[in-house]
Amino acid sequence: MSDLLVIDHLSKSFPKKKSDNLLVLDDINVHLAEGEFMALLGASGCGKSTLLRIVAGLEQPTSGGVWLDGHELVGPGRDRGMVFQAYTLYPWLSALKNVEFALSDRPARERTDTAREYLDVVGLAEFADHYPSQLSGGMQQRVAIARALALRPRILLMDEPFGALDAQTRGVMQELLLSIWERDRLSVLFVTHDVEESLILSDRVCVLASRPGRVKEIVEVTLPRPRMFGLQDTVEFRDLKHHVHSLIHDEAVRATGLEAVLARGKRP
Amino acid sequence: MTTGLDPTVTPDGSTSSGQGLRRKRRRPYALYESIPTKHYVSIALISFAALLALWSAASYGGWVQNLFLPTPTQVWQSAVTWASDGTMWDDVRISVTRILLGFVLSTVVAVPVGVLMGVNKRIEAAVEPPVDFIRYMPAVAFIPLTLIWFGTTETQKIVILFIGVFFQEVLLIMDNVKNVPRPFVDMAYTLGIGQVKTIMKVVVPSSLPGIVDTLRICMGWAWTYLVVVELVGANSGLGFRIQSAQRYLDTPQILIGIVVIGILGLGFDFAFKAIYRWSFPYLSPQGR
Repeated sequence: MSDLLVIDHLSKSFPKKKSDNLLVLDDINVHLAEGEFMALLGASGCGKSTLLRIVAGLEQPTSGGVWLDGHELVGPGRDRGMVFQAYTLYPWLSALKNVEFALSDRPARERTDTAREYLDVVGLAEFADHYPSQLSGGMQQRVAIARALALRPRILLMDEPFGALDAQTRGVMQELLLSIWERDRLSVLFVTHDVEESLILSDRVCVLASRPGRVKEIVEVTLPRPRMFGLQDTVEFRDLKHHVHSLIHDEAVRATGLEAVLARGKRP
Repeated sequence: MTTGLDPTVTPDGSTSSGQGLRRKRRRPYALYESIPTKHYVSIALISFAALLALWSAASYGGWVQNLFLPTPTQVWQSAVTWASDGTMWDDVRISVTRILLGFVLSTVVAVPVGVLMGVNKRIEAAVEPPVDFIRYMPAVAFIPLTLIWFGTTETQKIVILFIGVFFQEVLLIMDNVKNVPRPFVDMAYTLGIGQVKTIMKVVVPSSLPGIVDTLRICMGWAWTYLVVVELVGANSGLGFRIQSAQRYLDTPQILIGIVVIGILGLGFDFAFKAIYRWSFPYLSPQGR
């Protein structure tokens, strides 16, 4: 199977005053196949969002690079659809106009039809004329997903898109994303810090270690598809969850700098 | 229903036994409590009426000499004379023309320059420090210099208005533009939109409510500078009218002049607020 996205020997460091550069990402190598759903999982500060921003072209790698369909990426482009965690709908545009905004290169007539079509995909056809401020957080993210899908991108990049939502809404949004994925077989790179979320959604979970961020292990998620409600209660799911949790737990402790504090409690 | 053994029954039907179960009365004036618009307006009217009453008491009652504080009747008569012989309209027209010219000129330059300063650090570095320096030179102090340069011409008045408004305005607009959430710009980039189009389609619309508010505040300053510039070296306009009334100790004319300036300023403020509500329906919770 040919690789759609190749992240090759990618490193990123930020310049720091008066000392060595801060290394954020260290020699990342990740391959993503066409139609694959991959989660980038890591504790806060592991550089997972920075990695996604580099793939999106919003930041430049210090060394190494990212290839999409065999072409090296040098900046942002319409071949990648991005969904951010923070609500990035433009508040002065209606839901429909926000989706149309992504289609500014198409003729006006086609723009409206396509935008309506994708609002329908996320179940918001009736809310086309609403401003973002009149929509709930979950609805706003659905419009953001419709906007990214309307681009017909080669790959969907999602940066903790459901991170700001309450648990119930998040669960429904995951189901929605899965149903869209099953239908269109999109390629997705999905950043999250939530172990369950990464397992529910993805084919493979790329677990990142912290400071500097590097690939700790890539876990194959062997759970059957389509993934149904109740998946979390299966033995397979719990085994995988335990495995990934143990990978990430040490990292979380290290990232928060609490090793010594937590060790105190374990002393006899 | 009155049986001596029952606990007290309050008018709203709730019972209280007088042993700490009684519902505490709500504090009458809770912090940040909102009130109906009707109440707001009545309180404001009472406040104006109180001012008028105080003025009447002081002037009719003879607490203050008539020369220093004329009666409402005298001021009203003065207003009627001023309005009926047509000079009031001339004064208003001249002053409003000046203020609009000065304000528009300053805004036409300040908006593009402020936007560019907000999005580009190099432009900011080139413009901000000198603007900051000039900003602290009082505009009023430029009056003698501008009188030497331009005489008592309209140009001189517009120049003072420009100096007074522009250097504040451009920095405020820069700040409005800097407040645009960065993800809005990132989003535009990921949609393959270029820099110029991002400024026009994202940065400007996003900062526009802030900019309109800035313009409203700057219009207030423009009024102050207009009056100052008309008090010194003008032979027409509202400021001039007040200035010449002082020569004849015509206090009623001075007072009505000040009131007219106040009303016009308030009118412009209202106009800006109306433009704001009308242009940005998405900012009010119920939308259009």
